[in-house]
Amino acid sequence: MKLFKSLLAATAVAAVCIAGPAQAETKRIALVVKALGIGFFEAAAKGAEEAAKELGDVEIIYTGPTDTTAEGQIEVINALIAQKVDAIAVSANDQDALVPALKKAMQRGITVVSWDSGVAPEGRQLHLNPSSNALIGNMIIKLAADHLPDGGDVAVLSASATATNQNTWIEEMNKVKGNYPGINVVATVYGDDLADKSYREAQGLMQSYPDLKAIIAPTSVGIVAAAQAVSDAEKAGQVNVTGLGLPSEMAGHIESGASKSFAIWNPIDLGYSATMLAYSLAAGNAEAKPGAEIPMGRMGALTLNENNEGAMADPFVYDSSNIDDFKDIF
Amino acid sequence: MSSSLADEKAATRQVPDRLRNPLQRFLASWELLLLGVAVAVFVLNSFASPYFLDPWNLSDATFNFTEKALIAFAMALLIISGEIDLSVASIIALASTAMGFAVQLGAETPLLIMIGLGVGLLCGAFNGALVTGLGLPSIVVTIGTMSLFRGISYIVLGDQAYTGYPSDFAFFGQGYVWWVISFEFLLFAVMAILFAILLHKTNFGRAVYVVGNNPVGALISGIRVPRVKFALFLLTGLMSGVAAICLTSRLGATRPSIAFGWELEVVTMVVLGGVNILGGSGTIPGVVIAAFVMGMVTFGFGLLNVPGIVMSIFIGLLLIGVIALPRLAGRLLAARRG
Repeated sequence: MKLFKSLLAATAVAAVCIAGPAQAETKRIALVVKALGIGFFEAAAKGAEEAAKELGDVEIIYTGPTDTTAEGQIEVINALIAQKVDAIAVSANDQDALVPALKKAMQRGITVVSWDSGVAPEGRQLHLNPSSNALIGNMIIKLAADHLPDGGDVAVLSASATATNQNTWIEEMNKVKGNYPGINVVATVYGDDLADKSYREAQGLMQSYPDLKAIIAPTSVGIVAAAQAVSDAEKAGQVNVTGLGLPSEMAGHIESGASKSFAIWNPIDLGYSATMLAYSLAAGNAEAKPGAEIPMGRMGALTLNENNEGAMADPFVYDSSNIDDFKDIF
Repeated sequence: MSSSLADEKAATRQVPDRLRNPLQRFLASWELLLLGVAVAVFVLNSFASPYFLDPWNLSDATFNFTEKALIAFAMALLIISGEIDLSVASIIALASTAMGFAVQLGAETPLLIMIGLGVGLLCGAFNGALVTGLGLPSIVVTIGTMSLFRGISYIVLGDQAYTGYPSDFAFFGQGYVWWVISFEFLLFAVMAILFAILLHKTNFGRAVYVVGNNPVGALISGIRVPRVKFALFLLTGLMSGVAAICLTSRLGATRPSIAFGWELEVVTMVVLGGVNILGGSGTIPGVVIAAFVMGMVTFGFGLLNVPGIVMSIFIGLLLIGVIALPRLAGRLLAARRG
């Protein structure tokens, strides 16, 4: 059915093209994703459409290859260059391989921004990170503290001891933990992003620290395993599992109460912000340079660092009030 | 692919009492039908998108098929001889990984070229040795080496990428020879002519047809069948190496997923070009036109922002349609005569 719709859409587009190009005023912004048919990116496209509606004179071209290859994205980008779109906002399959094609796009006057998964600096004007390490580090401890007004013992269940992302986040978390008085981080254990090992480590934490109030797992594998361990120990409500996870995998544990809330970036906001940024640059309302603040509608403004990169916002919090809206998306 | 099939074909083959003249043959040929499809696609595209008829856009579009077509030329010969190589895309991955590895050790462009071609040749030799030396079916052997070659790339690279190719290496995939004519397109044109001569004008080319039509007969008439087949595997490996150089140069980076799924697109191009998948017949001009058809269809759809999934479905339908049409027409004609 979806396919039939696409075919219809293609015919319709063809008909429109024969009838003559759309008005010159409309800005055409292409949202290029890693591959079509992935829930996360479909949600980002929804956000892009929202931005387009808000801006009024924007047409969104949501496109991408069938599988996550750089060659496929280059073919798509070449076709977009040929159509002389106004802007390309891309989540890259390969940060280096897309550079020649995107450079060509910029040479021909097309605005290029990357979002989610970045492109090397010479291949784009700016990159939108969903969040920053500092914001994530603060968020994971805040999530635990929010449900512990009287303080208590919490433990961290990380991925492997050498995982760069998790180590940076935990480091950032330790920097700000003074802002959350009464919260004691009693241990950090490593589940190596393996479901069974993470499960056993979570069990171990509950045995070693009978007063444990929360487990912070800044990994999507760890958080699910820890929530399962808490459920199986019938400690839901006693021990709160939180951290970074995927709504689709966590919906059951939010329902059971093993996890009160968790965070991850919101793909809708991401698609919305990427579109807003591309529009600002393409319309000449802003210039991408270090230190610049570029407006992105309801998400505020993006401040660029020396590499022309910026962080969108705090990770988005998911709890029983909104999990049902997101669990089918990603 | 097996001798019994070829024998069956030989048994039902009709020998006309008078050969038709070249013009008549052309009028009833696959190539003319394909040419018609190509023209139709071109005209439709020009009407469907205001951006299609632009020299630079058309030049960009050629990159959609040039690398695949380079392999398709060699693959056409291999399929005509009754064999197939499904490992070509994985050979690209391995050759590209080897070149990337050499770059990390400080290799310059000439050495990179030799490594790319060398790895292609070695992989081709490996396939050829297994098929002709041990007498294994090529479809099984190359499904195995398809996983093997790409697997090595995954072990070496994991989720990493090789970058930092020398700047003059970029010429092969990004350079232009004259105005909108890219180096890749020139290479495609030159290779098309060389392969057409090899297949249609040399003894070796005749031998390829004979081997594909009747391997036993070929053996009895003194053609060294294993040697011909081994040479064709070498050639396919070599052309995969050439494609690896072009693609790596165009991307400027190597990941183990490079050229993923290309083997099927190459085989599609060959079959669409009128090469009998069971061996024995087919031409290089047919493959050249098929390359243009596939390139223009994907580019035209891209201009209309048709999702890639719809594109693959259309290519599939085109393949079935172009193959079924002549059969249907033949049946209809036969029924009318009967």
